[in-house]
Amino acid sequence: MSAREEAETRRDARNTWLLSAPALVILTLAAAGPLLIMLVYSFLTPGDYGNVVWKFSTDAWVGTILSKDIFDGTYSLADAHLTIFWRSVKLSLITTLFTFIVGFPTAWFIATRTARTRTALLFLITIPFWTNLLIRTFAINQIIRNEGILNTFLIYLGVIDTPLVIIYSDFAVFLGMTYVYLPLMVLPLFAAIDRFDMKLLEAAYDLYATRLQVLRKVVFPIVRPGIVAGSILVFIPSLGAYVTPRILGGGRNMMIGNFIELQFGQGRNWPLGAALSVLLLLIVAAALVVYIRATSRETSNG
Amino acid sequence: MKTTLTAIALLLGGTALASAEGELQLFNWGDYTSPEMIKKFEDETGINVTITDYDSNDTAMAKIEAGGHGFDLVVPSNSWVPIFIEKGLIQELDLSKLPNHGNIAQQWLESPYDPGRKYSVPWQWGSTGIAVNKTAYDGDINTSSIFMDPPEELVGKVNVTPEMNDVMSLALWYVGGEPCTEDTEMLKKARDALMEAKPKWQSMDYGMTEKMAANDVMASVYWNGAIFRARLKNPDVVYGYPKEGYPLWMDQVMLLSDAKNVDEAHQFLNFIMDPENAAMISSFARYANGIAGSEPFMPEDMMTAPEIVVAEEFQSSGHFLPTCSPKAQEYYTAIWTELQK
Amino acid sequence: MARREFSASRIPGFPTVAILVFVALYMPILMLVIYSFNAGDSIAIWEGFSFKWYPVAWNNEQVREVTFRSLTVATMASVIATTVATMAALGTTRRRRTGGQTFIYLMINQPLMVPEIVTAVALLIFFASIKVATGYQGLGYLIAAHSAFCIPFAYLPIRARLEGMDRTLEVAASDLYATPWQAFRHVTLPLLMPGIAAGLMLAFVTSLDDVVITLFVKSAGQDTLPTYMLAQIRRSVSAEVNAISTLLLLLTVILLTAFFLLTRKRD
Repeated sequence: MSAREEAETRRDARNTWLLSAPALVILTLAAAGPLLIMLVYSFLTPGDYGNVVWKFSTDAWVGTILSKDIFDGTYSLADAHLTIFWRSVKLSLITTLFTFIVGFPTAWFIATRTARTRTALLFLITIPFWTNLLIRTFAINQIIRNEGILNTFLIYLGVIDTPLVIIYSDFAVFLGMTYVYLPLMVLPLFAAIDRFDMKLLEAAYDLYATRLQVLRKVVFPIVRPGIVAGSILVFIPSLGAYVTPRILGGGRNMMIGNFIELQFGQGRNWPLGAALSVLLLLIVAAALVVYIRATSRETSNG
Repeated sequence: MKTTLTAIALLLGGTALASAEGELQLFNWGDYTSPEMIKKFEDETGINVTITDYDSNDTAMAKIEAGGHGFDLVVPSNSWVPIFIEKGLIQELDLSKLPNHGNIAQQWLESPYDPGRKYSVPWQWGSTGIAVNKTAYDGDINTSSIFMDPPEELVGKVNVTPEMNDVMSLALWYVGGEPCTEDTEMLKKARDALMEAKPKWQSMDYGMTEKMAANDVMASVYWNGAIFRARLKNPDVVYGYPKEGYPLWMDQVMLLSDAKNVDEAHQFLNFIMDPENAAMISSFARYANGIAGSEPFMPEDMMTAPEIVVAEEFQSSGHFLPTCSPKAQEYYTAIWTELQK
Repeated sequence: MARREFSASRIPGFPTVAILVFVALYMPILMLVIYSFNAGDSIAIWEGFSFKWYPVAWNNEQVREVTFRSLTVATMASVIATTVATMAALGTTRRRRTGGQTFIYLMINQPLMVPEIVTAVALLIFFASIKVATGYQGLGYLIAAHSAFCIPFAYLPIRARLEGMDRTLEVAASDLYATPWQAFRHVTLPLLMPGIAAGLMLAFVTSLDDVVITLFVKSAGQDTLPTYMLAQIRRSVSAEVNAISTLLLLLTVILLTAFFLLTRKRD
């Protein structure tokens, strides 16, 4: 490596830190930094009525995996936690996949319109989200409830004769999350698709035999950053979703977000809530690192 | 530029700048405070009242305990009063500033959770009972078996309100125990009964005024005032008082230790103990108040509502919930977590 | 098989899916607009047509205040978040990979990685001690908290846009003796604009939707529209919130249409 290259690398590194500094300061003060409190709390003892007592304990961490039978004091695998964790992962994966399946054609459709239509369509996709999440979720509830318009419509069409019970199910939560997180998939996809020249693509089409090949060999490599951004923005927030499962899931099917909330609320076990969150943070961070490494390697090879 | 800075300073400074006339910061349950009553108070005293909402006792206490919140008055449920006192979060009231204190109805004057009523003033009270839609089930509704062992017609159509203390107490009474018990045999029985009943429930949710009225839910463990409002929309909804035992509750206004507007707070407390003003609170949120003599000012439909005025025969099975010991609380939460998984 | 001319804008099925998506997106919105004209006070049971909720919402001082506060916080937080996120994206994309980049990437995405309630409780404890120490209880805390969790929502679309932009134009600009700032201002920034716009919009709506963190960070008198509504869930949500949502929606549509028409003149 020449001296000049070395100097450039050093300058790059310095710029990276300088440009990221304001964001890092805000995050340290108002997000990541205070989370250290949670790390500390996960090693303390629960207070009698919420909060913590400053006495060291590893009970919370043991409690994330093992649950102690309150009556005979024996330990067993915490299957409740596993059930909840699995439900969250499953629903979030399905949500991410489905938002991609419908989001990709939508983003594509928008990106291939004329400049003016494109702006209008982008506005159209975000307008519903200027309405508050809670009120939107209530409105979804209105549509899918037993006597809601979806069932009324299907019965009118003669597709079904008794109402479909969608409300208060995992399916309802999935529908709600798909609705809520869709723009988080569409906008990054659009940003990625929009920046390449469609003429290039049409030229590329002459080189390959089928549409599928064009998609696989030309389109996907280019929009990959958009897919990465979109799936992170959808998957991770849905993993910790709180409002949607609470309103559409009917409280019987908790997701991780609700379960952790329970520990800080009526459950009054802040250390367990803290330990569960730190654990979740570690799992997500690890997955993210693997994901980023894998995708950036593919990009640099391709 | 200077104006922009001033605007930003004003914006960020928030309420601190507007306190010339006297102000009061009330921290209360959402949609629970009559705007007319607040307006009347502001007009009479010139004190500017700001209401901030919470949605659970736990959140309210967590925020108050953390400090730096800026609230003067808070309105938690009765079983929380001893906890607030023990943690030193609230201060004793100056009764000399509360001439209306004598208006508190005799039955509420001596409360087990605040002996002598030195800390708290009644806001509203009610019961947690069982609402049933008559068209779905027309048997006996004055029993907890509606949700602990739902009749055929109601299987899969029952909602249970996600309030741990209420549900655990109902379940313990149902199996023959007492709330806050540390008797493991009793607790086991309650847990087993709840776990067996859970698959027959539709949901554990709030918002039953709408859902009962709209026939989305056919039965629910819920609060009387909300069911009263549901019945006004849908006459098929009836409210039952479980004979095995059901919880009574009362939300209490209390003065925080770090309140800045202590005088204004006392004026407000005195104001709401006036029968006419207490009735304004009740007619807005639709629960009974604890002030003697407020009846003449109450709306007609409330005075005759079986949900609000508890009939003689049901009175003996209603009980205020005690504040559980930490041990009992631990049992509660373990069972509750298992139930909600 | 006869080869048809390929057109990127006409992939079979894509327009259908897109149209269905738009229809599905607007169904709940339609519901909430319809129920804002409900004569009854419910958002579930139709009791006839009425305009009464509009004056009710308008005359409710608390509703006006919380709505204004929500918009203020969302505007300030999204602008701050997008500004710092754009800088961070420029700092971490299209550069030689240096040791710190993975760390920075994880830091920026951290708000996404834990459920809101966790950040909320942590911020409650942290900010409360500052509030006690300094006596300042203003809106600054909410804006800081919102800015922080909006950063990843702004950062990711901007980064996605930036990653694929080639440097030819920027290099050309600096070859023509443009200063780095001029090159950025006149070349990079315009190219980056769609990403920045997407990021700003996402940040804005994310802030507008936040319930849990706001609930725990707010001081006395700092309810926002979402916390105001969350607190109503236990009682019942009245059609009043539908009316206020419809008004906000109308405002949005008017603003966007105005923007749309104004920009047309320039074309």
